[in-house]
Amino acid sequence: MELICPAGTPAAFREAVDAGADAVYCGFRDETNARNFPGLNFSRDELHDAIVYARKKGCMTFVALNTFMRAGDEEIWYSAAADAVRLGADALILADFGLMAHVREQYPEQRLHVSVQASASNPEAINFLVEAFDAKRVVLPRTLTIGDIARIGRKVKCEIEVFVFGGLCVMAEGRCSLSSYATGKSPNMNGVCSPASHVRYRQDGSDMVSELGTYTINRFSHGEAAGYPTLCKGRFDIGDARGYAFEDPVSLDVMGEIEALKDAGVSALKIEGRQRGKAYVAEVVSTLRQVLATAPSGRGPLLARLRALSEGQKTTVGAYEKRWR
Amino acid sequence: MQITSILALPLKAVPLMPLVSIELVASRLFKLLLSAHGDMFERLGTYKSNRFSFAPTDLPLIFLIEPHLLRLKVVRQSEAFTADAGVEAPLVMLLALLEGRCDADALFFSRDLKVIGDMEAMLAMRNALDDCDIDLPRDLARIGGPAAPIVHRLAVEIRSRSLREIQ
Repeated sequence: MELICPAGTPAAFREAVDAGADAVYCGFRDETNARNFPGLNFSRDELHDAIVYARKKGCMTFVALNTFMRAGDEEIWYSAAADAVRLGADALILADFGLMAHVREQYPEQRLHVSVQASASNPEAINFLVEAFDAKRVVLPRTLTIGDIARIGRKVKCEIEVFVFGGLCVMAEGRCSLSSYATGKSPNMNGVCSPASHVRYRQDGSDMVSELGTYTINRFSHGEAAGYPTLCKGRFDIGDARGYAFEDPVSLDVMGEIEALKDAGVSALKIEGRQRGKAYVAEVVSTLRQVLATAPSGRGPLLARLRALSEGQKTTVGAYEKRWR
Repeated sequence: MQITSILALPLKAVPLMPLVSIELVASRLFKLLLSAHGDMFERLGTYKSNRFSFAPTDLPLIFLIEPHLLRLKVVRQSEAFTADAGVEAPLVMLLALLEGRCDADALFFSRDLKVIGDMEAMLAMRNALDDCDIDLPRDLARIGGPAAPIVHRLAVEIRSRSLREIQ
């Protein structure tokens, strides 16, 4: 199975390649990708250099153009696709059906992957995209069990890629409007979930309070491990109880289930984290590369050391092994 | 986090130094990094005109950086100052972040690092520095003259001991 690794900067890209990535995915410095954060991502020249670097080391480069085009401004996405193809991207990761149609029509030879943002999570939806746009691979959402993935795998005519480590989105990706509701901006249209422009941290006594727009997301007591200020991992008052309504601040780690994922027909394992630093990328990619080469009984200690890098300093298998509260 | 490293003793002496001397040394190092990494603040974009504070929690000092003016200023913690965005952590962690040897999000999750102010500006600064390939021993050795190899070896030793403590 391929190891697909994130890079938000050229430095992180080189770390991912050197640490043993089979492919590195990245995006341009604009709203065409779902990690449109300040100071992050690649200029055209940087992408060119990155692709050359990766090729020399036998590594592929996937370019994420996985936001939805705004009517009237399609040219932003079209020119990003044209540049990614011209620079030699091994695959484009797309979410918008209109952009998929454009890429298929203009660049018939270009390999196309279906982004998790496309919300294609059943055989009918996936096979439609394979037949309509010749999609070669689909990235499945983190809301399916391994059994679900296996059932899908038996019925689809393309490769399957799943998230195995990093940020845990518990929503129907590409359809989630929580961030829009609170801030007017979303990963789907603007490339930002909980945009930094709306995030504030303040001390209240010994507590740290995280806020998103006018909403209090969480209150962490002194020394308590913290998480990102996302609504889906916020702590709220619900009735008489205070707790996490959707999910705790926690990261995904399904590396203990590699054999089951392989049996389910998965051909690529994806690491989330284009917004993370190069130290994180280097550590996670090299560790997971080691895990893949290690017998199941020896993987535990390797994975344990990644827990300290994780949101809330905790990891979970999430919906892959669904145990509803 | 309490840093007990090789740096602990020198750190105790820093507050006793006149502020003007501290600022002189820090500015010299800042200029050195700028000359070695000319595009250090390119990723800041419009946030270049912001003022950033870097507050080592084990020193009673705040380092203020204004990227568009290529200026570094040092104030005592007790003094009033203004900054658009800032970060607080033990000095060793701030230096590790400068070199991209630590992940800022992980330090935030573990509560070793605090961020204040404009988060867009702070994210841009984090990403700008992370992409810089700063290597303090290598960069410091450039002003070492004939003693450059010794400066480099010493800096590498201090760095590896310090990193061992925080990892």
